Amino acid sequence: MNEMSKPLPATPLPPDEAPLRHVRQPLPHDSAKRHVTGLAQYIDDIREPEGTLHVAIGQSPRARGRLVALDLDAVRAAPGVVRVLTAADIPGKNDVSPAFGDDPMFAADEISFHGQALFAVVATTRDAARRAATLARVETLHEAPRVTVEDALERGESVLPDYSFGRGDAASVIAGAPVRLEGSLRVGGQEHFYLEGQVALAIPGEEGDVHVYSSTQHPTEVQHVVARVLDIPDAFVTCEVRRMGGGFGGKESQATQWAATAALAARITGRPCKLRLDRDDDFKLTGKRHDFRSDWRIGTDETGRILGYEVDHLARCGYSADLSNGVVDRTMFHSDNAYFMPDVRIGSKRLKTNTVSNTAFRGFGGPQGMLVIEHVLDQVAWAMGRDPLDVRYANLYAPGRDVTPYGMSVEETDTLPALMRSLERSSDYRTRREAIRAFNAGSPVIKRGLALTPVKFGISFTLTHLNQAGALVHVYQDGSVHLNHGGTEMGQGLYLKVAQVVAEEFGIAIERVRITATTTAKVPNTAPTAASSGTDLNGMAARIAAGAIRRRMAAHAAETFGVPEDEVVFRDDRVFAGNESLDFGELAKRCVQSRVQLSEAGFYKTPKITWDRAKGTGRPFLYFAYGAACAEVAVDTLTGEYRVTRVDILHDCGRSLNPAIDIGQIEGGFVQGMGWLTTEELVFDGEGRLRTHAPSTYKIPVASDVPADFRVALYPNTNREETIYRSKAVGEPPIMLANSVFCALTDAVRALDPTRPVPLDAPATPEAVLRACEAMRGRPLG
Amino acid sequence: MRAGGDIMRQAIRFRRRGRIVEVRDFSPRTLLLDYLRLTERSVGTKEGCAEGDCGACTVALGRVRDGRVVYEPVNACILLLGQVDGADVVSVEDLAADGVLHPVQAAMVEHHGSQCGFCTPGIVMSLYTLYREAERPVTREAVNDCLAGNLCRCTGYRPIVDAALAACEGPPADRFLAESETIRADLEGIADGADIFVGDDTRFFAAPASEDALAALYARHPDATLVAGCTDVGLWITKGMAAIDKVIWLGRVAGLDAIEAGPEALTIGATATHSAAHASLGALDPDMGELMRRFGSVQVRASGTVGGNIANGSPIGDLAPALIALGAALELRKGDRVRALPLEEFFLAYRKQDREPGEFVRRVSVNRLGAGDAFRCFKVSKRFDEDISAVMGAFRLALVGRRIASARVAYGGMAATPKRAPETEAMLVGVSLDDPASWEPAFAALAADFQPLDDHRASAAYRRTVARNLLAKALHELATGRTDETRLVGERPALQAAE
Ligand SMILES: Cc1cc2nc3c(=O)[nH]c(=O)nc-3n(C[C@H](O)[C@H](O)[C@H](O)COP(=O)(O)OP(=O)(O)OC[C@H]3O[C@@H](n4cnc5c(N)ncnc54)[C@H](O)[C@@H]3O)c2cc1C
Ligand code: FES
Ligand code: FES
Repeated sequence: MNEMSKPLPATPLPPDEAPLRHVRQPLPHDSAKRHVTGLAQYIDDIREPEGTLHVAIGQSPRARGRLVALDLDAVRAAPGVVRVLTAADIPGKNDVSPAFGDDPMFAADEISFHGQALFAVVATTRDAARRAATLARVETLHEAPRVTVEDALERGESVLPDYSFGRGDAASVIAGAPVRLEGSLRVGGQEHFYLEGQVALAIPGEEGDVHVYSSTQHPTEVQHVVARVLDIPDAFVTCEVRRMGGGFGGKESQATQWAATAALAARITGRPCKLRLDRDDDFKLTGKRHDFRSDWRIGTDETGRILGYEVDHLARCGYSADLSNGVVDRTMFHSDNAYFMPDVRIGSKRLKTNTVSNTAFRGFGGPQGMLVIEHVLDQVAWAMGRDPLDVRYANLYAPGRDVTPYGMSVEETDTLPALMRSLERSSDYRTRREAIRAFNAGSPVIKRGLALTPVKFGISFTLTHLNQAGALVHVYQDGSVHLNHGGTEMGQGLYLKVAQVVAEEFGIAIERVRITATTTAKVPNTAPTAASSGTDLNGMAARIAAGAIRRRMAAHAAETFGVPEDEVVFRDDRVFAGNESLDFGELAKRCVQSRVQLSEAGFYKTPKITWDRAKGTGRPFLYFAYGAACAEVAVDTLTGEYRVTRVDILHDCGRSLNPAIDIGQIEGGFVQGMGWLTTEELVFDGEGRLRTHAPSTYKIPVASDVPADFRVALYPNTNREETIYRSKAVGEPPIMLANSVFCALTDAVRALDPTRPVPLDAPATPEAVLRACEAMRGRPLG
Repeated sequence: MRAGGDIMRQAIRFRRRGRIVEVRDFSPRTLLLDYLRLTERSVGTKEGCAEGDCGACTVALGRVRDGRVVYEPVNACILLLGQVDGADVVSVEDLAADGVLHPVQAAMVEHHGSQCGFCTPGIVMSLYTLYREAERPVTREAVNDCLAGNLCRCTGYRPIVDAALAACEGPPADRFLAESETIRADLEGIADGADIFVGDDTRFFAAPASEDALAALYARHPDATLVAGCTDVGLWITKGMAAIDKVIWLGRVAGLDAIEAGPEALTIGATATHSAAHASLGALDPDMGELMRRFGSVQVRASGTVGGNIANGSPIGDLAPALIALGAALELRKGDRVRALPLEEFFLAYRKQDREPGEFVRRVSVNRLGAGDAFRCFKVSKRFDEDISAVMGAFRLALVGRRIASARVAYGGMAATPKRAPETEAMLVGVSLDDPASWEPAFAALAADFQPLDDHRASAAYRRTVARNLLAKALHELATGRTDETRLVGERPALQAAE
């Protein structure tokens, strides 16, 4: 039966809300004008206090071994050098890890990866510091490093215990299934390549306190780690960040070390100290998206419907735990993507290798788990001669088939099938499928491929306590508003979205809301800006704060004008009470004169979520965000080069807070995901050295890689959970829309010989694609 | 002190924000980006990589050409401060005036072209040069080419490209155009024929104005580093932290950048930039035009030179294999002695060229293709735009009817130098385009000509297969007379496809 012929379920929408002045409007980024004129200030642009010193990192020349001797005489003697810092200079703990105590700021004994920080040079200029840092004589007792998944498996070393969850008896169900397939997929890592590299500026204050400007997604953690390293109370440290030049997860835990090093230098020299990593050092010294080998087995019925699925995710975590627990857990949570698996076992190993510690990257492990199941469903479809799209439809969560492998019910089962069918139509999938078949039959060199893949992504931190946020709102006596919250701005438009919410709450022009830099001094104990949760959490906290102030102002107006409180309306920069109205600023002034508090700290925590990791069950997510993409590619089967020629995307942001910002997240996320699966290749050599450590060798997409025919639309939907204005989070899910590109490339290569499985791993570099093409022709590369 | 010319200038000077700036005291290896950010404290221009690849540091340099001020984008991170001598230096802070955004800035805001904003200053500057110089109507492809050297990790580029198309809808009309007479007069006012020498005999930035002055100066300081566009040397400074103390910049040497496009031959002066040489190379053959379109980025092509690409001797440089296949001759000069040699003989071993101390590359010349000549060249890299070749293959085949009478075959990325393939060439002679089976010995001979290496760009196995397949592709295209069945980019116009 063709799934296409089923009638579309309707998507329920709430009764239409009153038109809003700011929320839902496609307002430009709050800093857009400053971006285009060069006036937006990043940390390296802050005018340095007089006497500022510069810090550079001295690195390990080896990937594994013992540090026998560190001779720094030549470093100290180099021109401009003021101080050299080693582990012995750290007053507190030599640990910059987020949780597990296994990330030394400076390696003192054991060397764990190539480039690891051994010492820091503090000099009068950055150039002097960088040059001096190369002059150390480092003696090591060198051991052969573990670099690959296989190396780590052989040694049997992990950074964290193995973990699995599931349901039923997948192994025996697969054994008894009419159709059985198994295989292994390698999925590459990814460098964040935020355009602004890691940077921090630390300014020493009184009695050992310190103010740190850090390009971080997690100011609270920077604060805590600086305090830990310097052995001072948290309250002595303030961490501040106005904006980052990109983060993508790479500044969630891994901005900390550079901030802490700058702070240590500031403490010891008594002078402001700045540390900005060179791009190549940034590549070598900071973690990346985890790469995996995933071994899978699947059993289906004769139509391709999954009966049982087993997968073991072998994650290369690098030398320490960092955030690998959450990352690999999320890989597991997304191993089902959008598909119901009656009997299922999802296993994982968090392997230790002598490479930089892998970390958060937009999607936080989810993309890897999802790519595997998409790859597997392609194999299933081809094995039974069906269109992969129909096999996908047959396996989607549906009423009665709606419980995930971790025991959470998927309450919103109707959105995705409807969204996919809508995309199938608007992208003309079936017609193009036929056209491509005909084209390929007559084209020996160029082969085309097509794929339509869905995304279902769980929203909330899986570490439950992180699902909290604070905001601080002041209304001043002239009616201008100071807005602050725990979320950080890295380009995703969070500051603007929260400002839209606050301006809406007060009924004032958005220009009256002054967005201010995130700082631990105003809102404490915050979560990182991550897990796509920034707007959900901070938008709510800010709305709660603004709402509390507005209610106090309304009460005052009600009392003044003798009307009931609920008849006071804030609109068009004015406050209406009965027949009276006055300017918002005028009311603010009256409130101050009448001693009404115009400042409020808002606090929000996500409801409903639970997660029992030991039992492997709960509701780790408040809701799911959905989307789907249809990609078409053309492959040159003589060279492995390819072009992505057309992409259609339909994505669910609930009821969007700002459609322009959301479209930007979708397009940007898709292109970033496309880079991950195509040209972005991290090559480590046998000595554990990263060979692609610069944009000259590590190739992220450029403008011409973006399909000329690129159609992106928001799917009309609402969030059935009570999120901020019923919107849905949008930061991470679009990354996984790019799975369609990988599947389309596989589809194109398959045209060479539809009887063979396509041995294509990610990233599908031209070399990987040509290797697959040659395999289809029955010969090895070379 | 005299550097050889008649007059001597001990400072560089350039136009900046309407004023002439003179700098006398600077380290020869000072980069323009550091001058802007650290000395001038114009921090709008960003550093994203310090190696010419991300474009965050893009600024525009205006110079008078054919009586008109022409703006080109450059990567300030790998451009020496001294290289801006004689130019109008425009950075991102300069575009808006009196609170009014420049049309490209306004379009970027309107189309949501920035997210984190860190790439934005560079993008705005690239688009500014597009806005000023691009032929109308501006196409999506033209915008993509303009942006090949600007990485953005946030937006996915679509809104930026839309902004560019919108801003370039009409003819250019900005305040710089309105002021162009003044700018031209200012630039002509500081243009002189003086040799520049800043520093002393142990540490200097020199820019001789004539070939004789260059020859004399280089003979006196054979240990000096010649700098043409600095797109290679810049990285030695920012990444290699090389202690380059004596710099001789070739950019002021009169006539060294001359391009002579004669009916029989094309001669390109060493300091002709890739941008300047693009059209005449493209006129040799459309594949050369496509190669140049994909060479680096607009920024790299605006600075980088033909002579620098050859002199650098990289095994993965793009021009050498193409020019070797075309049969180019290289001319070198030392003191008063000028000599010429076939280009392939210049490359002796890995990074070792047949160039004596004090000798410099003068020009390269190549004969045009004759009636029966066919040419193909292909660049294969991980990414189409702004990437270094994994393999670059170039083929010049003389055809008599449907048979190959003689062949010149050269590859980049396949050996320690750009290299000809003598065995393969021999096996191609006499081969019929109509008999693909007769091509096999030539494919097999590639194994005798090349033993490529594994590295982070490609494995040896990939290089071997691609080398073979590129030759197969060239032959297949010549046999069928079409390129639409074999190419994803750089399809040749139908006329040439018929050969
Ligand atoms: C982002 C980026 C992308 C690039 N992409 C490509 C690409 O696609 N293809 C490619 O082939 N290359 C590429 N390159 C490399 C580089 O741009 C070219 O090799 C360029 O042509 C070098 O020219 P230049 O004038 O900048 O050389 P410079 O850096 O000035 O000099 C290079 C070397 O040549 C010497 N030299 C220069 N001129 C002379 C002369 N007249 N006589 C003797 N010696 C001389 C110098 O001393 C130095 O050793 C790229 C570089 C960058 C940074
Ligand atoms: S900083 Fe990246 S190109 Fe200059
Ligand atoms: S807007 Fe962030 S890199 Fe372009």
